[in-house]
Order: sequence, then structure tokens, then C-alpha cells
Amino acid sequence: MIQADLTLILPELVLALFAMAALIFAVYAGKDKLAAPILWLTAGLMAVLAAWIGITGEGSRTAFGGMFIDDGFARFAKITILLSAGAVLVMGQEFMARRDMLRFEYPILVALSAVGMMMMVSAGDLMALYMGLELQSLALYVVAAMRRDSVRSTEAGLKYFVLGALSSGLLLYGASLVYGYAGTTLFTGIIAAAGEGQAPIGLLLGLIFVMSGLAFKVSAVPFHMWTPDVYEGSPTPVTAFFATAPKMAAMGLFARVLHDAFGGVSADWSQVLALLSLLSMFLGAVAAIGQTNIKRLMAYSSIAHMGYALMGLAAGTAFGVQAMLVYMAIYVTMNVGTFGFILTMERDGQPVTDISALNQYATRAPGKALAMLILLFSLAGVPPLVGFFGKLYVLRAAYEAGLAWLAVAGVIASVIGAFYYLRIVYFMYFGEEGEGLDRSRASVPAGFLMASAAVMLFGVVNLFGIEGLAQAAAAALVN
Amino acid sequence: MDLADGMLREYLPILIFLAIAIALGIVLILAAVVLAVRNPDPEKVSAYECGFNAFDDARMKFDVRFYLVSILFIIFDLEIAMLFPWAVAFKDVSMLGFWSMMVFLAVLTIGFAYEWKKGALEWS
Repeated sequence: MIQADLTLILPELVLALFAMAALIFAVYAGKDKLAAPILWLTAGLMAVLAAWIGITGEGSRTAFGGMFIDDGFARFAKITILLSAGAVLVMGQEFMARRDMLRFEYPILVALSAVGMMMMVSAGDLMALYMGLELQSLALYVVAAMRRDSVRSTEAGLKYFVLGALSSGLLLYGASLVYGYAGTTLFTGIIAAAGEGQAPIGLLLGLIFVMSGLAFKVSAVPFHMWTPDVYEGSPTPVTAFFATAPKMAAMGLFARVLHDAFGGVSADWSQVLALLSLLSMFLGAVAAIGQTNIKRLMAYSSIAHMGYALMGLAAGTAFGVQAMLVYMAIYVTMNVGTFGFILTMERDGQPVTDISALNQYATRAPGKALAMLILLFSLAGVPPLVGFFGKLYVLRAAYEAGLAWLAVAGVIASVIGAFYYLRIVYFMYFGEEGEGLDRSRASVPAGFLMASAAVMLFGVVNLFGIEGLAQAAAAALVN
Repeated sequence: MDLADGMLREYLPILIFLAIAIALGIVLILAAVVLAVRNPDPEKVSAYECGFNAFDDARMKFDVRFYLVSILFIIFDLEIAMLFPWAVAFKDVSMLGFWSMMVFLAVLTIGFAYEWKKGALEWS
């Protein structure tokens, strides 16, 4: 019995044991000299685990009395999380080493937060959900404040921690209400207690609180206020991490709770999600226009993108979940490439985040400028790039579920949002001559930038078969 | 549906309690505004510290190690709180229960060993 359970959580177990062993080994053996080897090892292990989950995983199984679910949906999310976390680790290594920020705790904390994220997308119980969420969040608070001597970084960490604690409180309060009215914390029990059609008023209250807590984690408006400051204050490799894996995990958890625990009352949560989605898309598009710092701009960009992903969920159908998964996979790929570019932005060895520094960038580094142009067009959702197909998917899901007004609003918001992406392109190609950026020697981030741009370009053929995988994953979740 | 609504009604006393608590709080605050005699002068409103002028700002920095030690205390305090029911029911918990607690203690020890080796407990 317990052996079968442990076999099912073996990937999580391996990563957690590795993190603990690396922690003890590093603190006794070499301190920060070992940071780079541990970082590469962690990234390698994440890639191996992703391959392992992809190859060996099959069917839908549960462990620990239903608290842990291993199905196609969880595996899709886990592979995305592990690959993006590993890529971001590798990408930021040089950046951190050169600025003397590479502590051996960094890859270990990222590994532990990845364990938390894997728990989140596999949760089958409110308590497993909370455990995964806190394991993820606590590690993230620490990495946000990793530059202890920088006021901005500590501010980012503190802000993230206080608001994250608030959101955890909201979520816990909601979970306690759900438990009070359903009499169980298991998702299978909650869905039976909620019934079909309309949820009892007490459960509905709990559901709303849980959704508010989760909306904090995906940074959906009106729970987004921490995002720009945290993105700006954290070291750039950490920001890159925040923008990718945790977002996938939080969206996966959102879908998991709504469909597994409240699947029968989709009409109740669908309207809340539609509102969150609408506000996120418009605030993300409008507020980014005035930004001059590219990290703040990416924060608003991620808020807007979360709005589109939530639109897929708001549809409340299997196709909606499929659209959300495709959208998130594309979003994560684009963000890895974009942050690869931001990591190469420097002048006199200092990182630069001011957009005006990109003036005339194309004349100095035409290759990278072209790759960034492709990514920015893809982020804006310009056809025929892959980013367009992600948007098309969620819009179709919303339209087919009878949310035509939301789809129309999404199109309008994406037109507004295109402005600030294209403004960066304008700076790069037609900007005024001024003090530009240095020729960067960082080859790894540039490699990820090129690879991500290539994916955006060549993915239009068949999206690398991700549609079929997402469809199978969505079918495993919604039934 | 009916069951849940019935349960909701059972919480009515709490709602009444909350309403009274909020109302009472507001009344007490407003009473001070309405009834109290206010006649401020510079001596009255200035900071007062046992008969002499204040030396410096009341907000001062604490050494971060105080927090470290207190957090460490809370962690092990909670550990004991968890160990007690486990120990009392030791006859009834299976081998699985025993090993679960051992794993939990091992994870805690790893964190403690890290903190110790990192030098967080040194007060030089």
C-alpha cells in the first residue's frame, strides 16, 4: 500500500531528497564554491525528471487516500514546470556569478519550490493543496529577497511575503468554510457535497475565498498589486523564474480545484473567472503603456497574459482547459526567451532595465534584435506567430462557451497591448542615437533567446504536437 | 441544499456577536470624540518619558539574531506539540506512523544542521 503510494510520488521524492542532500553537502563541504555545480546538477535533474514523467506516466492514479492525483493533466503541468525551472536556472547562472550573487541556496530553493509546484498540480485534497502552495511560496519569498544588501530586493521580498501571507490567509479561510459545509477536505467529497447546478451558499462563500487566494498567486486583477514591485526588485534571473514556472503551477492548481472539487457548479465560478480575466487583460494592457522599466513592463505583460489564460478556464469546458494549457505552455516558452534577452542587457558590466537603452539596438546586434522582434510580436499575438494561436485558442474556447462578449473584449485588449510591445521594436529599430548597451558576452541566455524565437517561428506548423497532449491532459481533468 | 442552509443558520449567533462587537467598538470610539473635553497645549501633546525629555526615536533596530533564535524556538516548540499526541498514541500508531514521524524529524534536523553550520547561532 505505502510502497505503491511512494512509487507514485517518486519524482517529487527524488527532487526533495536531492535538495536536502545538496543543502547539507554544500554547507559542510564547499559553501558558495559549489553553487555553480549544484545549479547545473539541479537543472539537469529537473530535465531528467521531466523526461521520466513524460515517458513512464500513464493513466490516472491516486495515492495517499486520494490526496495526491497523478493524471495526464498533472503530468503536462509538471513537465512544463520542470523544464522551465531548469531553463531559467541555467540561463541566470552567468548573470548571478558575475555579480557575486550566486549562493548555493539559490538552486536548492528553486528545487524545493519546484517540489511544491508539483504537489500543487497533483493535489487532490485541500490540505495537500495548501502544503504544496506554501512550500512553493516560502521558497519564492526567500529568493525574491536574495540580494540582502539591495533595498529594492529586500522590499520585493517583504512585499511578496506580506501579500502572499494575506492571500494564504484568504485561501485558508475559504478552505475552512468549504470543509465546514462539505464535511471533508477531499476534492471527491467536495464535488459530491456541492452537487450540480448551484452550490449551497456556504460552499459558495468558501469557493470565492479560495478563488481570491489563488488569484493572488496567478496575479490576476484585482489581486495583482504585488507583481510590478516584486518583478522590478528581484534579481533578473529570479524575476524570470517568477514569470514562468510558478504561473503554470498556480494556473494548474486553479484548474484542478475548480474542476475536481467544484466541477458540478461551473456556472458559479465561471462568472467570477470572467470578471478576473476581463480586468486582468485591460489593466495589463493599459498600465504597461507608461512603463519605462522593462521588468515592470513584463510584470504588466504577465498580468495581461494571465487574463487570457483565465479566459480559457472561464469557459468551464474541457476545451477551455486545453486552451489554457496550450496558452500557458506558449506563454512560458515566450517568457523564457524574453528574459534571456533581458539578462543580456548590460552597460559597463551593470544590468540595465531601462527601455530607452534599447535605442538603435538593431544596428549593434541585428541577430538578437530580430529574435526579440519575433518574441515581441508573438507576445502581442500577431499572426502568424505561435503567440497568436495561443490567443486564438482561448478566444475560441470562450466563444464556444457562450462568452462572446469576453472574447471580443480580449481582442480589444490585445490590440491595446500590442502598442507597448511594438514600442520596444520601434526603439530597437528606429530609436534615437544615444548611449546604448554593451556587446554582451553572455551566450547561454542568448541561446535561449534564439531557441525561443525559433520555436515561435517554426511552431506554427503543428505547435510541436502540444495540442494533442493538452487535449489528453484536459480530458483527464474534466469528465 | 437544505442541510447546508440549516448549518448556515446555526452560525447566526456568531453573526449577531460580530454585529454587537462592531457596534460597541464604534460607539466607544465615537463617545470619546463626542463627549471628551479636548484642550491641547504643547506640553500635553509632546512625548513624555518618565519625567525627562525623550532621548531618541522610540523605534530602534533589533539584531536579526533575536528573530532567528525565536523562530528556531517556535519551530521546535511546534515539533514538541506534534510529538506529544504521537507519543501518547504510540501503541496505536502503526509502523507507518512511526516512520512518518522519523522522516519529519530528519527533515527538521537537516534544517537545523544547515542553520548551525551556516553560523546563524554564533553571537560574536
